[in-house]
Amino acid sequence: MKATALIAEDEPLLAQALHAELRAAWPALEVLAVVADGRSAVREALEQLPQVLFLDIRMPGLDGLGAAMEIADRWPAGEAPLPQLVFVTAYDEYAVQAFDAQAIDYVRKPVQPERLRRTVGRVQQALAAAEQQQQQQQQQAASRAPAELLEQTLGEWRRLIGAANAAGAAGAADAPGAAGAGGPLLKFITASDAGGSTVHMVPVQDVLYFEAADKYVRVLTAQREFLIRTPLKQLLPQLDPDTFWQVHRAVVVRSDAIEQVQRDEAGKLWLQLRGRPQEKIVVSRLYAHLFRAM
Amino acid sequence: MMKIDWRDILRHGLLVVAFCFAIAAVINSIWPHKSYVQHLGYSMCIGLLIWLVIEFGRYPLRRPQDPGGWPRGWRGGALTVAGIVVGYYAGSALGDWLIGGGSGAISSADAQHDQRVSLAITVLAGALGSYWFYSRGHSSALAARVSAAERDASEARLKLLETQLEPHMLFNTLANLRVLIATDPPRAIAMLDRLNNYLRATLSGSRALTHPLSAEFERLGDYLALMAVRMGERLRFRLDLPPELAGQLVPPLILQPLVENSIRHGLEPKVEGGEIVVRAQRSDDGALMRIEVSDTGIGIHDAPSAAADASSSFGLGHVRERLATVYGAPGRLDIGPLPGGGTRAIVQIPLNRP
Repeated sequence: MKATALIAEDEPLLAQALHAELRAAWPALEVLAVVADGRSAVREALEQLPQVLFLDIRMPGLDGLGAAMEIADRWPAGEAPLPQLVFVTAYDEYAVQAFDAQAIDYVRKPVQPERLRRTVGRVQQALAAAEQQQQQQQQQAASRAPAELLEQTLGEWRRLIGAANAAGAAGAADAPGAAGAGGPLLKFITASDAGGSTVHMVPVQDVLYFEAADKYVRVLTAQREFLIRTPLKQLLPQLDPDTFWQVHRAVVVRSDAIEQVQRDEAGKLWLQLRGRPQEKIVVSRLYAHLFRAM
Repeated sequence: MMKIDWRDILRHGLLVVAFCFAIAAVINSIWPHKSYVQHLGYSMCIGLLIWLVIEFGRYPLRRPQDPGGWPRGWRGGALTVAGIVVGYYAGSALGDWLIGGGSGAISSADAQHDQRVSLAITVLAGALGSYWFYSRGHSSALAARVSAAERDASEARLKLLETQLEPHMLFNTLANLRVLIATDPPRAIAMLDRLNNYLRATLSGSRALTHPLSAEFERLGDYLALMAVRMGERLRFRLDLPPELAGQLVPPLILQPLVENSIRHGLEPKVEGGEIVVRAQRSDDGALMRIEVSDTGIGIHDAPSAAADASSSFGLGHVRERLATVYGAPGRLDIGPLPGGGTRAIVQIPLNRP
């Protein structure tokens, strides 16, 4: 079956090898582009709209997870269905454990032809099923067709990204001194002010939301704003998942502070929080399912 | 410093008591006209006093560097003599008072002779006992120190090995090698040789004490060449070693963690990659050598992961520790940002002269 793909892999030889193995395992697959970092992956994916994405998890700039989330958000679902996502990872026991535990298919470096053929088989099946579904739905109700399909693929992406995130958290938790998944929950955020002479103890129950910004994470309470350097990825496993929801690649909000959810004309969801009524927080497409009306 | 170990003292006391029983038996065979209990009384009085003087006299006398808590040199000798003198005279008097038997000799000539014999026995037993305690304390302290050093060394070696043989690095290198075997066999062979050198250096390097700087640079070359195969054009490097410094002896793989840091926190997170330069030079006054590892990566202040990364802070801490152990205060490691972006680490060590 004919299809198009994008490969994002920062090590040139491994990218070349994956390309070669794919040619053998799936001769009809056309590789539209091979890129070496996450930002380029997002740019090329949105420009060329491939049907399959092979994303290396560890890449400079934006990593594979970040690239996937951004692509999910900005994908023009009206023009083409969201691609099938396949993560590529080097030997990493956490990733291997996390993926195997959830029966998630991934490409492991070095690429083994046997395994790659299995992955290719599954991707081909998924593509064929999606196409069939699209045709059926188009006959029934033209307008709803892409929405359901998109919802389904998004669910699959969430599962993949969740597993890869869990792997990252497990890896970080194993490092000495780091509290991670299953560890104690944070009670305070310790944030130093600009001079570094004072450390503020911010009770986690006062935090309305966290927002990753460049090198920092902004911590916002109803009254104030603090900056910390601990990445969001490291913070998340130490927060109660029932209370704090990730709604965007860069944003984690306190769920019981959400006052209302609004949909704009482009279909994007925006959150309004009690305590910070003047700010609007955008919800990523990946997490929009959290706010579907009952 | 004046810590008194009461369990130790109790053990010593019991040993002294046992020793006194033995000495009483010996004395009993020399002067059988007194009972064993009487001899035991005297020997206990004298022996325990000698012990008490020496046991507690050693605390103010010993210096911190004395092994096993027993004073060495003239202090030890003086303490032993003082113990024996006090023990003999005070102990005899105490014995006389407790047992009330006097010397029990018939004539004064005999008494003088007996006194000399018992003094000789006291001196002999006191010296013997003191020497025994001293040497035992000494050797057990040395043994403890040796085993602590061995434990430290093997722990450090293990940790070093874990950081150097990072599975991610190893498996990624093998994955690259697998590609090269099919596409570019001569390059694959060259890479395999580099890997071979790198593994050998990592596995044995943690055991040797020093090697020439030229060997250190060769190992860095192996490591960087391996990383360059993986990173392609994103990694460029230059090694600059003046010939007159090539023979300088340095601890093996002392620079390795610095280069690894430059790659992991400087170049790997940077999309366009960059350059690593390792340069050795003699200081202006000629007494020191400076080895500089600089990179054009994202810089330590922009890498939030660098501070949180336990293995890299372990690596740097380990470099500092090794420099301090081998060279003392002149051995230093300084790390800082470069004005144009990037990071520079400088290792400073004294030059060794042939």
